[in-house]
Amino acid sequence: MKAIRSFTILTFALIVMASVIGCAPQQPAGPVTIRVLSMEQAGATVDEMNAIVGEFNTANPDIMVEIEYVSYDALHDKITTSMASTPPAYDVFLADDIWYAEFSKAGYVMDATDRITQDMRDKIFASAWDITSVDGKVYGMPWLLDEKYFFYNEKLLNEAGFSAPPTTWEELVEQSIAIKEQGIAEYPIVWSWGQYEAAICDWVILLYGNGGSLMDANGAPAFHNEAGVETLNWMIQSIDDGISNPASISYVEEDVRNVFSQGKAVYAVNWNYMYDLVNFNTDESQVTGQIKMALMPAFTGSGVESASINGSMGFSVAATSPNKDAAWKYVEFLTSEDVQNRYSAHLLPIWQTSFEGENLTKLEGYTPANATTVPMFNVQFPYAHVRPKVPYYPEASKTLQLALQEALTKQKTPEQALNDAAAKWVDLAK
Amino acid sequence: MQRKLSLTQKDALIGFGLILPSLLIILGISLQPILSTLFLSVFESSRGINVERIFVGLGNYTALLSEQLFWVTIGRTLYFTFVSVGLELILGLAIAQLIHSHPPGWKFLRTSLIIPWAVPTIVNGTMWRWIYNADYGALNGLLLQLGIIDKYIPWLTKPDVAMNLVILADIWHSVPFIALILQAALATLPADLEEAAAVDGANALQRFLLIRLPLLRPAILVALVIRTVEAFRAFDLIYVITNGGPAFGTVTISYLTYLETFSFGNVGRGSALSFLISIFTLIMAFIYIRVLYRPEEN
Repeated sequence: MKAIRSFTILTFALIVMASVIGCAPQQPAGPVTIRVLSMEQAGATVDEMNAIVGEFNTANPDIMVEIEYVSYDALHDKITTSMASTPPAYDVFLADDIWYAEFSKAGYVMDATDRITQDMRDKIFASAWDITSVDGKVYGMPWLLDEKYFFYNEKLLNEAGFSAPPTTWEELVEQSIAIKEQGIAEYPIVWSWGQYEAAICDWVILLYGNGGSLMDANGAPAFHNEAGVETLNWMIQSIDDGISNPASISYVEEDVRNVFSQGKAVYAVNWNYMYDLVNFNTDESQVTGQIKMALMPAFTGSGVESASINGSMGFSVAATSPNKDAAWKYVEFLTSEDVQNRYSAHLLPIWQTSFEGENLTKLEGYTPANATTVPMFNVQFPYAHVRPKVPYYPEASKTLQLALQEALTKQKTPEQALNDAAAKWVDLAK
Repeated sequence: MQRKLSLTQKDALIGFGLILPSLLIILGISLQPILSTLFLSVFESSRGINVERIFVGLGNYTALLSEQLFWVTIGRTLYFTFVSVGLELILGLAIAQLIHSHPPGWKFLRTSLIIPWAVPTIVNGTMWRWIYNADYGALNGLLLQLGIIDKYIPWLTKPDVAMNLVILADIWHSVPFIALILQAALATLPADLEEAAAVDGANALQRFLLIRLPLLRPAILVALVIRTVEAFRAFDLIYVITNGGPAFGTVTISYLTYLETFSFGNVGRGSALSFLISIFTLIMAFIYIRVLYRPEEN
C-alpha cells in the first residue's frame, strides 16, 4: 500500500515538474531559428521566396530561417492568432498596409524607426515608407510595392476590330458590346468582386475613377454619395448587360487570372504578378504572348485620368519575438536592393535607385516581364490610392464588402447598401 | 494522521491518485479554455498586448441577442442544420438499407462509402469550390453535356443558391457517417420479429415502419445528435467554398463568431457568441433526447 502511495506522489511530482519545465523558455543550441509567415498569392512565388531564404541561411550560419505560406485571406487572422502566445509563433510576418494601424495599436509590431538608416530613407520611395509607418514611426520594411493594373488580350481586341485599349470605362463598354456581338468573348471583362478584400480593391479603382473616395479628410466615410451610387450602379448594369462576368461576384484574383489565362476574357484587372504568369508561362496560360497592359481607365467627365488601388505590403518583426536582431537581419536582407532587383519578376523593388539611370535598364532586363511591368509601374503608380489607415479597418472593410455584395445581388439598392455601411463606419470610429 | 483509514477509503484514495494525472490533463485542456472564454465574454475587450479590459457583465450577451444580424444568422444556421441533417438521415437510411440487403458488391460499396467521410473537410471544400466554379467547374460542364443547361451558370453568386450548394457539399461529406452507423445497427436487429410479422401478413413498408424503424431509434438518436451539433457549428466548408458570401448569404453562427473574434478582434463579443452557440446546441440535444429516447423500451 505504501508503495502505491509513494507511486502516486511520485507521479504527481513528475507532472508538476514536467509542466514547470515545459513552461521554461527553451535555450536552443546552435543557430537561432527565425520563423517567418508569408503568403502564397500576389507578389513573389513560393519558389522565389524559398530561394531567398536559402541564400540567407547559407550566408548566415548562425541564423536558421524557416518560412511558411498562407493565402492572403488567411494572413491577417493567422498573424493575430499567433501573436496571442509568448513567444509568438512567428518572429517575422508579412503585413498589408491596411493592417499597420491595427497592429501598431495592438502592440504586435516592433518599432523599427531607429533601425532605418539615412541611406535607406534616401534610396527607398517615400510612398513605400507610408506602407509601414503609423504616426511617424516605422514598424517594418516595405516589401511589395503593388497596385492593380489593366490587362488586355491584344489578339482578341484586334479581332474585334479595335487597335487600342479603352481609356475610359464608357469606351470599355462600347468595345465590349462589339466583342460580344462578334462572339469573341461571352463576358469581355472579369473582376474580383467576391466577398473578400479583393472587392474593396476593385471598388476603389472604380470609385476613385469616378471622382469619389472612401473617406474624407476628417476620417468620415465619403463613399455614400452620388459618385459611390453611380459607380455601384455601373457595376450592376455591367453584369446585367453581360459585359462583366457575372461570376465576378464570387471571384478573387486567382479566379480572374484563371479565366483570363484561358482566353475567356478580353480585359482583366489584377496585380502585377499576373503579367508574367499569363504572358510568359505556358504551363499556366493559353494566351501567352497576347497580353498587354494599359493605363487603368476612368469614367468620362469625372475629371480623373486614371485611378488604381495601392496594395502594398511590408515585412515586420513581432514585438514580442525573443530574437529581434536576427529577425530584423533577415527582413533587411529580403528587402535589400540586390535581392529585390534579382527577384523582380513578380514584384518590383521598393528602391527608387533601381529605377534610375543605368539601373533602370538593368531592372527592365532582369526578367522578360520587367520590360513591360517596370515602365507600366512608373506610369500607373502616381494614380494608386491607399485605403484608410484605421485600427478598425478589417471590420470596416467587411461591412463595405457586404454592402457591395448586397447591391450586386440586388438585395438592397446601392443607396441603401452604401448608407448602411457608412453608418456602421461612423459607429466603428467611435 | 494516526487514524487508520478503512480499506474502502484507502481504495478510494488510491483510485483518486491514479486518475489524478489524466484528470489534470482533461481539466487543463477542456475546462480551463471554457472558463477563460466565459471570463472574456463578460468584458469588452479588443485584441493586443497588454490591452485594457472593461467589465460589461452580460452586456455582450444582451447586445448580441438584440441584434437583427444575430437572429438572421441563427435562422440561416438552423436552415443549414435541418436541411442538411434531414436529407443526410433519409439518404443514410436508404444506403444502410441497401447495404443491409446485401446486393452484389455490397462489401465494396460499404468500404468505398468511407471515402467522402475520410476526406478532410478543407480538401472537400476546395474540391467543391472547383466543381461549382462558373467558368471551369465540373458541375457546369456536366449539366451542359447532358443538355440540362444551355450556358454556364454562375452558381455561387446568389445567396440562396450558394447556401443550398454548400449544403449539398456537406451532405456528400456526411451521409456515409449516418449510413455506416445505421448499417451497423441494422446488422444487430433480430430477424425473427420481421419474419413473424411477415408470416402474419405485414407488407414490407409496414415491417419497415412498425418494426425496423422503432428498433433503430437509439442508433438514429446517436447519429442525429452528433450530426446536428456538428452541422450547427459548420465553419470550414463555408470558409473554403464561399467565405460567407455572397452578401453574407452563407454566414452561419460559427462563421460570425470567427469574424468577430479573429478578423475584427472583438474578443468579448466573440466569446459571448461561443457560449450562445453552446447553449443552442445543448437545447437541441436536449429536445432530441426527450423526443427520441425512451428508456422503458430497453
